[in-house]
Amino acid sequence: MLNQVVKLTINGIEKEVYVRNAETLIHTLRHELGLMGAKPACNNGDCGACTVLVDGLPLNSCHTLTVENENRSITTIEGLTDTTIQERFIKNWAIQCGYCTPGFVLNSYALIETEPDADDATIDEWLDSNICRCTGYQEIKQTVKEVIQMRGTNE
Amino acid sequence: MDTQNLTYVGKDIPRIDLKDKAYGKVRYTNDESKPGTLSAALHISTHAHARLKHVDVNEALKSPGVHAVITGEDFPYQVGPLLGDRPPIAYKKVRYYGEPIAVVVADQEHQAKYAAGLIKVEYEPLPVLQSPREAIKKEAPLIHENMKDYTVMVKGVHSVPNTNIANLTKIRKGDMKTGWKESDITVEEKFSFKPADHAALETRVSRAEILKDGHVYIYSATQGPFYVQKLLSECFNIEPGKISVETPLVGGAFGGKGCVQLEFIVYLASRAVGGRMVSLVNTREEDLISSPVHIGLEANVKLGATKNGKLKAASYEFYFNTGGYSDMGAGMSKAGAVDCTGPYKIDHVHCDSYCVYTNMPYATSFRGFGHPELTFVMERAMDLLAEKLAIDPIELRLMNAIKPGDTTPTQTHLNSSNIGDVSSCLRRIKELINWSEGQSTTTQDGKVRTKGITSFWKTSSTPPNATAGVILIFNIDGSVNLNSAAIEHGQGTKTVLAQILAEKLQMDMKKIHVTMEVNTKYDPHQWKTVASSTTYLAGRAVMAAAEDAIFQLKQIGAVALKCLPADVVVGNGKVYIKDSPEFYVNIKDVAVGYKFPNGNSIGGLIIGGGSHIVRHLTPLDPETGYGKPGPQWTVGAQAIEVEYDPQEYTYKIIKAATVLDAGKVINPNAAIGQMRGGMYLGLSWASRETFMFNEEGRVLNPQFRSYDILRASEVPEYLVDFIETPLVDGPYGARGIGEYGVIGMAGALSNSLSIASGSSLNQLPLTPEFIWESVEGRND
Repeated sequence: MLNQVVKLTINGIEKEVYVRNAETLIHTLRHELGLMGAKPACNNGDCGACTVLVDGLPLNSCHTLTVENENRSITTIEGLTDTTIQERFIKNWAIQCGYCTPGFVLNSYALIETEPDADDATIDEWLDSNICRCTGYQEIKQTVKEVIQMRGTNE
Repeated sequence: MDTQNLTYVGKDIPRIDLKDKAYGKVRYTNDESKPGTLSAALHISTHAHARLKHVDVNEALKSPGVHAVITGEDFPYQVGPLLGDRPPIAYKKVRYYGEPIAVVVADQEHQAKYAAGLIKVEYEPLPVLQSPREAIKKEAPLIHENMKDYTVMVKGVHSVPNTNIANLTKIRKGDMKTGWKESDITVEEKFSFKPADHAALETRVSRAEILKDGHVYIYSATQGPFYVQKLLSECFNIEPGKISVETPLVGGAFGGKGCVQLEFIVYLASRAVGGRMVSLVNTREEDLISSPVHIGLEANVKLGATKNGKLKAASYEFYFNTGGYSDMGAGMSKAGAVDCTGPYKIDHVHCDSYCVYTNMPYATSFRGFGHPELTFVMERAMDLLAEKLAIDPIELRLMNAIKPGDTTPTQTHLNSSNIGDVSSCLRRIKELINWSEGQSTTTQDGKVRTKGITSFWKTSSTPPNATAGVILIFNIDGSVNLNSAAIEHGQGTKTVLAQILAEKLQMDMKKIHVTMEVNTKYDPHQWKTVASSTTYLAGRAVMAAAEDAIFQLKQIGAVALKCLPADVVVGNGKVYIKDSPEFYVNIKDVAVGYKFPNGNSIGGLIIGGGSHIVRHLTPLDPETGYGKPGPQWTVGAQAIEVEYDPQEYTYKIIKAATVLDAGKVINPNAAIGQMRGGMYLGLSWASRETFMFNEEGRVLNPQFRSYDILRASEVPEYLVDFIETPLVDGPYGARGIGEYGVIGMAGALSNSLSIASGSSLNQLPLTPEFIWESVEGRND
């Protein structure tokens, strides 16, 4: 059996896809589901551009087979709408070419959700999984810190 | 020029492309897919230098889904932007590890890749050259045996047949004998670094389709859609008008997408399958080694100065390592020569700059185009001179800073417009990095904190006829579409162009719609989006197009307002009478034809067009280098502060600072972002980026896992400031700034670490291992 039907929850909607067993999640997202937000850049788990959230945690979608994600809930950049982190990425110019942005946004979003009190070392550790070649990272780090601070003040 | 009362220029206008990017809505080249598109995959060389005895494609052809396999035999001709030296697919021999040997076209990408793995290549290995110093020796084996038959594509490329020299640029200024005689003190040093990479996050990608009428459609992640059109036209003998090139937003470039490579291959692939649409997407590994890289360099430099620190003579030998093919390497070796002295007045200059073939991945333009490279060499030499003279490094630079009235190495006369203010940049960086607290201090835990400084300059090595155009089309609501072939690859160029237009038309930014994608069929010609030249070239074109539109708006507006065109002005969405603004007509009522109350109409559509071309540039004299290589020199100064651990030979980069004379900053946020990002790229390169090769010339680290680059936790605090000495013919006085953040980083980092470690660090990257070797005297 080279292909099979896999059930996935994508951005809150249940989908059935018929995929090759060898197919990675990024391929399914982009080519079967038309969700181009996950970017291929190394296909080796080294750069984070293809990051999606699987059950709320960031995962390199180039590094997981689609069949491994049966019945899991996947969030892509297309599924994040009007979040504070996106708004702040825009406001702080934490974006240049934008190719790494979906990965960074999802990673940062998950960081803030799972570690709402993250200190600088934790932020660094999380952000080190993604590469940005344009900005020099300062704006991205600032943005994450800012959103963590904002949330802290709101509570 | 009145730059005091500006409404849009000089303001932190929000970038127009960020919202779509933050929400994942932007489509890059590889995000568009058309049903029925075939996929291509490369089979690349496993040898760095070898004759191809046999390429067996039979198994691949039989593999499921495969439509065609092509090899160098399908197009045995050389192409190249400056010197035609490279077959798009290796022909008869390979000259670097990773060179494309065959291309498989199949229904699915995985089928193409599988079949590419079935191709069997029989190699006859040849001696491998890994150093340009070695490669220029008389007895060195030739990498290009038939160089004398190669076509020179651009005047001014001087290859030397029967050697490995693809280009030689000579600079002869003043008289070296006099220069050395006037020098009390000299320093002489050698420098080197191997090739590295741009590593843009979006790998290079191209698609091609050939219609039955011969029209060729190319979709490509490129910095130069018109350049792709030009080179494909020259290479395949197709009328340029029959080649359409489309480029959406680009996912980072850094010069690496200013060349043409995959476009040749994918055109051949489409041709092999009857013109069907074929897509070719680089894997990261291919993008790092098969596609062109960041150039390497080996250099000798000698400086002479009086005992008071006045520079008198400078002599340079640059051996640029262009790898297997010259591509833009032949241009970078020239660019390195024309600005070899850095921003210093030196009357006696001698430079031989060689572009040398080796068996390494081939080089193309990298952000800074030869200048991060020459600046590393020159600025290390300046620090060595300062040390020998016992003069403060900043004082030495201030003392020799080039000024209006001086001449460049190619004897271009500088005036108060065409060069920025080096001294002001140096004085400001001194404050920014807190130089007065001392260049070296020791922390309580035994670490050493040191500061390193550089100053730098760069002119844009554009062709003497580099041009850009802009078309403005008005909508029925009075808003305007801005069309230009400037590529948005992250730098914010589209926002900056819109700001210039908003200023010129005095129109709300919201009323300006910039077409983000570029299509050679609809957009006016632009040379490329490279060389920090777009704000200048396309910016001037915007101003010209706006003036054209204003002229037309005034003509029709005046009729509507029953006055003369000279009586009216354009602004705030209106054409109004200068001294009685209450008499006006809205642009929306004029821009697509003005209708009188009785129904009669005049005017038609208002379409503003404008262009700009660089002027008075000349090729260089082949013997002396005399000539004008670029329109103007942007200058700056940079500094680095490191904390060095003498026990471990490791270091942390604490601060990185840039002061740039930007002429006029059009958008401060954008400019600061460019400087920070530039510093990051320069520091990542200088501190750790390099390809590693084994004895056979095989690249050992063609992945992000092993090709190490700086990550978020490793970056310093960035400090940025600007000086503004207007460029008289720049848009609102602006100079090019895009590349400049990179230029001085390697020099500043090596200067600070040389002081910290007590050993002159003249190689890159500056890894702890290299520092240890230098301190322990283990390197040669």
